[in-house]
Formats: sequence, structure tokens, C-alpha cells
Amino acid sequence: MVSLNGNVLFSEVPITIGAEDFSTFIKNAYKFLKTDYSKFFKMDNLSKLAFLAADVLLKKENLNEEENNIALIFSNKASSLDTDRKHQAAIENDAEYFPSPAVFVYTLPNICLGEISIKHRLYSENSFFIFDRFNAEHLQLYANSLLRSGKAEKVLCGWVDLDENSYDAFLYLVEKEGEIEHKTEEITRLYNIL
Amino acid sequence: MAKTFVSHNNILSNLGFDSETVVENISKGKSGLEKFDDASLLPEPFCASMISSEVIKSEFNKIGDTSKYTKLEQMLILSLKKVVDATDIQLNEKVGLIISTTKGNIDVLEKQSNFPESRAYLSELGKTIQNFFGFKNEAIVLSNACVSGVLAISVAKSFISEGKYDHVFITSGDLVTKFILSGFNSFQALSAEPCKPYDKNRVGINLGEVAASALVTSSEKNLSQEAVAILGDATCNDANHISGPSRTGEGLFRSVKSALKEANLGASQIDYISAHGTATPFNDEMEAIAFNRLGMENVPLNSLKGYFGHTLGASGLLETIVGMHFMKKNILFSSKGFSDLGVSKIITIIKNNTPKNLQIFLKTASGFGGCNTAVIFGKINN
Repeated sequence: MVSLNGNVLFSEVPITIGAEDFSTFIKNAYKFLKTDYSKFFKMDNLSKLAFLAADVLLKKENLNEEENNIALIFSNKASSLDTDRKHQAAIENDAEYFPSPAVFVYTLPNICLGEISIKHRLYSENSFFIFDRFNAEHLQLYANSLLRSGKAEKVLCGWVDLDENSYDAFLYLVEKEGEIEHKTEEITRLYNIL
Repeated sequence: MAKTFVSHNNILSNLGFDSETVVENISKGKSGLEKFDDASLLPEPFCASMISSEVIKSEFNKIGDTSKYTKLEQMLILSLKKVVDATDIQLNEKVGLIISTTKGNIDVLEKQSNFPESRAYLSELGKTIQNFFGFKNEAIVLSNACVSGVLAISVAKSFISEGKYDHVFITSGDLVTKFILSGFNSFQALSAEPCKPYDKNRVGINLGEVAASALVTSSEKNLSQEAVAILGDATCNDANHISGPSRTGEGLFRSVKSALKEANLGASQIDYISAHGTATPFNDEMEAIAFNRLGMENVPLNSLKGYFGHTLGASGLLETIVGMHFMKKNILFSSKGFSDLGVSKIITIIKNNTPKNLQIFLKTASGFGGCNTAVIFGKINN
């Protein structure tokens, strides 16, 4: 399911009971959201998830085509383990040793931030944190610090986690003016609604 | 805004188990890089700096049970313990812990590992370090490619300026593993010989493993002798490519510019640049372009990769600590491996150890994902 500000944009009924298959879900969501970006298909799963979630929010922002100052502060639990396991499988046995640079480059969680920055021309800060579970307080403090110092005009924050068959992305845009107050309790409440 | 300082520190490397010994070895021109021919790590010979697991274990035995901690955890704990012990800070709710790493315990994914796969989760690594020392706050793990170590200093400063913490301990480290070696080798980025940052004969990087730790604090009391103030910092993305640096050095240029602005300094006021200098053709060229665009072509610059190799998530913190000690000594140390300029723009690479009054230095780092971080440090003159 993909939702924006509480409104469901796209939802897929799983064929089997249980988690939706990620690759089917993300492909259908990509088509439904009319995201026309050929580099998408080269990305690893975590980047596809983060990229699409960010795209839903950022395409409503009327961004400048040349450059934008939106910092990205993302977090998750599984880092890039989904792709790490693929790279490990390619080097585990000497007889089938075949590491690939196209896989290896995605064995860092912040690569998805690079993908988002390239698409939306964000020459701004990127930080990727790892927590055991969603930690609104640290995201909130760090976003405040970037806005207060003037280093970022807006901050896109959130949680993008993908591990074996489970995945979820929760992103929110923080700026100096808006309707929802940027408070830890409110961020946590919104995250828990999902 | 209240000042923030980088104070007590430790480096655990094959050049020594404390910062002073390591810096002493650098001053003598000693490098930790060695050639290896070990098919269990890479099918071909390679050059790296590594710390023997046995040496780590025999040190760790004095403070804990080696069977319960991975090699990386032992390194991080040994390193951080020296910093915690050097301060009289009580680990209460105003004290934070940041762990900077790119791959953490990635070696537990290997079939023959004695540890479960769950140890590969970076939050587990965080918990292990947090519990060993009894930190009251959850460890914050930062994993942002090769800028992580220096970005951790910026993050610590932000949490202090937001009032969350008074003191933040940072520990950083990555291992030289089959995982990392095979990956960089698949990019054809490794040099089988000791690396030569900025040199015309440079062919690529060497990997290295260290643990580096430091205290970032808002308190001017009990600072270490080499402590520095954080004057400005910034991180900027290239918005260009995920695995190659920008041809124009855009993100590096912007991050240094923004850090200078915060520090209220001009390019000419920087006495020394501790640059990234991985010795890949593209990285070093990109840096030369960015420093020229910044008007910093005459600022003495070195890369420390010729001493340690590229230590990934630790490199930014490691190189900041070494820079702090250089400032205290008022000596510019040579950029090991360099002899003839091999970048298209002129930059001033330090060839020989040279005495110079050092007041302000700039640390930069760049990494996969297009990230670039710059932090400016100032000497504290009493």
C-alpha cells in the first residue's frame, strides 16, 4: 500500500495471505505512480523503496530543476543487509566466486539517499542512522538543528526498512511553516497509524 | 552558539594502541600498510593495514571475555575504554554514544563465523557497546559510507547544540574483510602496492582497519591537551553519481564553502587540509578541482591513506584525531606515497615534515552515494 497524508494512493491485494511480494509490489506501485525514471530498475530493493516513497512526497513540492536544498535524514534497522546477503552469496564459495560492482555499491544504506539526491537535484546533507526501531526523537532533533542553522531549507526524514519479506517506508517533510507541529510524540503517533 | 570541542581520543591501529604512539610513528614516516597473499580474503595479493586478531584478543582478555565479542567489538571497546577512562564523565542521561561504521560485523555472514547472523545488525553492535560501558542512552549508529567518521562529529555537535546531550562519545571502526576486499576489487579500485594519493603513478586504494574514538563535549573543563573547537561543518551531496565522484567536485566544494561560512573564515585562513585522498584516479582529481575552485590551492594538504589505508567508517574520525595532534605539535606531516603531482590542477601536497604554526585545519571526506563532509577545527589557545 502507498499512502500520502493518510490517503491511500495505491493498494494491492496480495495473491496469497501474508506479506505482499516486494518486487511485484514495487513494480506495480512504480507503474501506478507514473514514475518515469529508467535508473529505477538498476537500484537495489532498499533504494527502490526509499526512492519511490521520496518521489511521492517530493513531486508535490514543485522543485527547482537545477537544485534544491532539502536534507535527507533516513533511518532503519536492517541497514543494507538485503543486498549485503546477495554480495556475500557471490563470494561465499571459491568455485562460484563472482562479486559484482553493481551489487556491491548498494551494500551501504546511504546509497538510496544518493539516488534521491540525483533525481531531485538535492545538493544537501544526507545522513543515514540505524536504530533497533523507529526513533522519532533523534530524527526530530537533527532535523531541527539543520533547519535552525540554515543548512537546510527543508528536511525529508523517516524510516525505510527492508529485510527479507518485510518492508516499510515512512517519510515526512519538515519545514519552518506547516499545519502539523514537528514534535516527537506527533511523529511517533503518525508512524504508529501505519 | 556555545562552543563544542573534540577532546580525549584514542586510535587503535597496527601503528599503536594509543593516539600518541600512532602519531609518533607517523612522524617517523612509518606506515601500517603491508602486502598480503591470503586467498581466504582475496584470490590475488593485496596491500592493507590490519591488526592481528590474536593481539586484539590478548589485550581484550584483560577487560572482558573474548568469546562473547567479535573482533570489531573488541577493537571498538578497547579504543573507547581508553577515552572513557581518560575523562571523569559519569555516563548519565546527558551523555550520548555514537557508533560510526559502514559494515559493522559483516564478517558474521561468513559460514564459518562463530557468531549468529543477528550480530550483523548494526543496532546489535550498538547495544553491545552501550551495555559494555553502561551508557544510559541508546547508541546512535551512523552508517553513511566513507564520510561517517567525520559526519559523526557533526552529528554529535548537533545533538549537543539541541540540548539533548552535554557530552557525546564517538567510536568508529570497520574491518578488512573478504566482503569489503572482494567488493572494492570488483570495482578494480585496489592497489596491490602501497597507495600513492595525488601522485601521477597512483592506481588505487588500500583498505585498512582501525578503531578510533573521541569525546565531543560542550564543557571547557578537563579538555585534553590537543583538544580543538569545532568551528564549522557541512555535508553536501554531489547529486551526480552513486559510485563515482562529481567531475566538478560539486558536493565537496559546497560542503567546504558552507563550513567556512559557519566558521566565519576565508579560504586563506585555513593552515592545513587533511583531505580524503584515497589514491583512486577519480577521487584525487575531483578533490584537486574542488580545492582549486575554493581558492585553496596553496593550503598545505595531505592524505593519511599512505599510513593507514582507507579505514572506511573510521577514516574521518581517525584523520581528525591525527590532525589534532599535528596541530598540537605545529608540524605539517608528509603525505606518504606522494612524489610527483598527478592531478590536473595544482594543489600543495606536503612532501616533507615541516614545522608551521597551526591554528586552524580543515578535514574533508567523500564517499559512495555522492556524500561529502567538511569540518573545520580551531586550536584552543590558553
